[in-house]
Amino acid sequence: MHGSFTYLLRRGWAELRNEVFVLPSRTLVLLWVLALLALPLVYGDPYVLRILTMTCIFAIFAASWDLLAGYTGQVNFGHALFFGAGAYASALLSLKLGLSPWLTIWAGAAVALVFGFVVGYLCLRLRGSYLSLATLAFPLIALGLLFAFPDFSGGELGISGLRRLALTPTGNYYLAALSMLAIVFALWALADSKFGIVLHAIRDDEVAARASGINTLRYKLIVFAIAGAAAGFSGALFAHYLRVAGPSTLEVALSFQVVIWGIFGGLATIYGPVAAVFILYPLTEWLGSFRTFGELRLLIFALIVLVVLLFMPRGLTPWVRDKIEMQCPRCKQRNAFWNKVCRLCGAGLESQVSRAQRLVGHQ
Amino acid sequence: MLQDILVTGLVNGGVYALLAIGFSLIFGVARIVNIAHTAFYMLAAYCFYALLVKGGLGFLLSALISVTAVTLLSVVCYRLVIEPVREHEAAVLIATIALALVFQELMLFSFGGHYLGIPSTLEGGVRFLGVSIPYQRLLILVVAAAMLILVWFVLYRTRLGLAIRATANDLEVANLMGMNVNRVAMLSVALSVVLAAVAGVVVAPVFVVDPFMWLAPLVTMLAIVVLGGLGSLKGSLIGALIIGYVEAITVFAVPAGAYLKGAVALLIMVIVLLARPEGLFGVAFEEER
Repeated sequence: MHGSFTYLLRRGWAELRNEVFVLPSRTLVLLWVLALLALPLVYGDPYVLRILTMTCIFAIFAASWDLLAGYTGQVNFGHALFFGAGAYASALLSLKLGLSPWLTIWAGAAVALVFGFVVGYLCLRLRGSYLSLATLAFPLIALGLLFAFPDFSGGELGISGLRRLALTPTGNYYLAALSMLAIVFALWALADSKFGIVLHAIRDDEVAARASGINTLRYKLIVFAIAGAAAGFSGALFAHYLRVAGPSTLEVALSFQVVIWGIFGGLATIYGPVAAVFILYPLTEWLGSFRTFGELRLLIFALIVLVVLLFMPRGLTPWVRDKIEMQCPRCKQRNAFWNKVCRLCGAGLESQVSRAQRLVGHQ
Repeated sequence: MLQDILVTGLVNGGVYALLAIGFSLIFGVARIVNIAHTAFYMLAAYCFYALLVKGGLGFLLSALISVTAVTLLSVVCYRLVIEPVREHEAAVLIATIALALVFQELMLFSFGGHYLGIPSTLEGGVRFLGVSIPYQRLLILVVAAAMLILVWFVLYRTRLGLAIRATANDLEVANLMGMNVNRVAMLSVALSVVLAAVAGVVVAPVFVVDPFMWLAPLVTMLAIVVLGGLGSLKGSLIGALIIGYVEAITVFAVPAGAYLKGAVALLIMVIVLLARPEGLFGVAFEEER
């Protein structure tokens, strides 16, 4: 018993040293996860926990958009539809039928999954800008219907008086943080798998992908459904955390917000949009807490986005990643910036290799 | 009621046409989805308000100054913000969203969030087919028609228009033929913002002016442009009239129509797209591979 425990410990340490600490980006992710989990134990201020809970919820939302827009190239301008569908569905079920919130968040995700399927089906023949502008319409159609039937939807005020999932701020925080970690890592694993490679292919050249025997329609439908379900889950969490599902969950502003997060962080990375939410959302909240220039927070937010874009047009995380890591010219594996030779194949890095050779890809 | 629908649809359609044709022009020439397009319309309305009500200048002078100032501002924004990131499509997209937010917040900060009213340029009205049409709405119609004719003239009867159409058709070949495509893109941005600014100035006395007035026409404009076919000016004009009339019919003939008018207009767009994915007059251009 004792022997197997030390074996596991040593095995785990070896994995950490060989797989995580060799790359600065992986070390950063590990530190971020540990910090997220340890924060309430060290610093339990309810205001900070509240902001971070919201950050975690929006991180799920942004990551789900990236799977659809970044990987598959279906740049969805109406992602708020899934968020709102999840929020309203779980709110209606828990209030009208009295179901437990632990059940209704799954129901919200399921309803959003169906919405994702329907939107995906309607948009199968659209591409590029047509798809973006057409998808912008769906949450607004839903919003118009909600306002036209206020008895059912609560109109402007939305559906309020929901129960929270957990009673303490720490409980709610852990709930949001753990679901965020689970969903984001699941999305990342999915995007990093064979499935994700197919998505890259569909984005880069759909005709060629179809010619290679990929059923692109089926893949697009599946991605719409998955992204919808994840966004719906975050919407349901949001509704139960704020205890209200209102029309703000369907507004254009939220759809645009997720586009900004996604592109600011870096498309087709999953971790990029999550990082963008973790930087931008607390930043705007913090700016809003100042009395003198709190009104200007959206202005400052927009200016920061503009200025950062001028320097990092591909987004924040690809820029940072290029600074701290480089690609081995021979085997295409990533190496920390301090390595002189590739950690896997021993080829010389940067200093010995000319730019021309790097472009060719091998010596 | 029928006459109301006819007149309102025509007036709204004219305003939408001004916005949609400008947006289509930028998209056609520079492939920019300019979310900030209606923000310039909002800026022009505010500028007109400031000069007319606060500054006490005449109608014509304020209108001229606002259109010129907003157009110059758009060119500056294009050079400073859009051009450096032109080759990154995603970056251009959120740069225009961020620009629109900047303008909205600046106006919110300097004028406050409340509705501002502007006195009518022309008082009184005329009776036509049993409907009384205020002169102000008639003015919108006349200005819209004049601007559309002006745009037609610029595009089809001048060398600049030839360059714009050539660039929209094939950017690389136009470049090889010796056109300065960057300058053409800049000039078409200016031309399209002139249209948006004129629209902002003429509707300011009819609608209320507030910092969020760019969102509703933005969505309608995008629906029109997609409905008519991206980059097609004829499509934008016809789409604008269709959506203008659909909205008017919904408002006058359907209960709770005021809430539903946006939804119905967008539904029409979705239905058209399902039948014809490239819009009514869009060309199904080959993917650039």
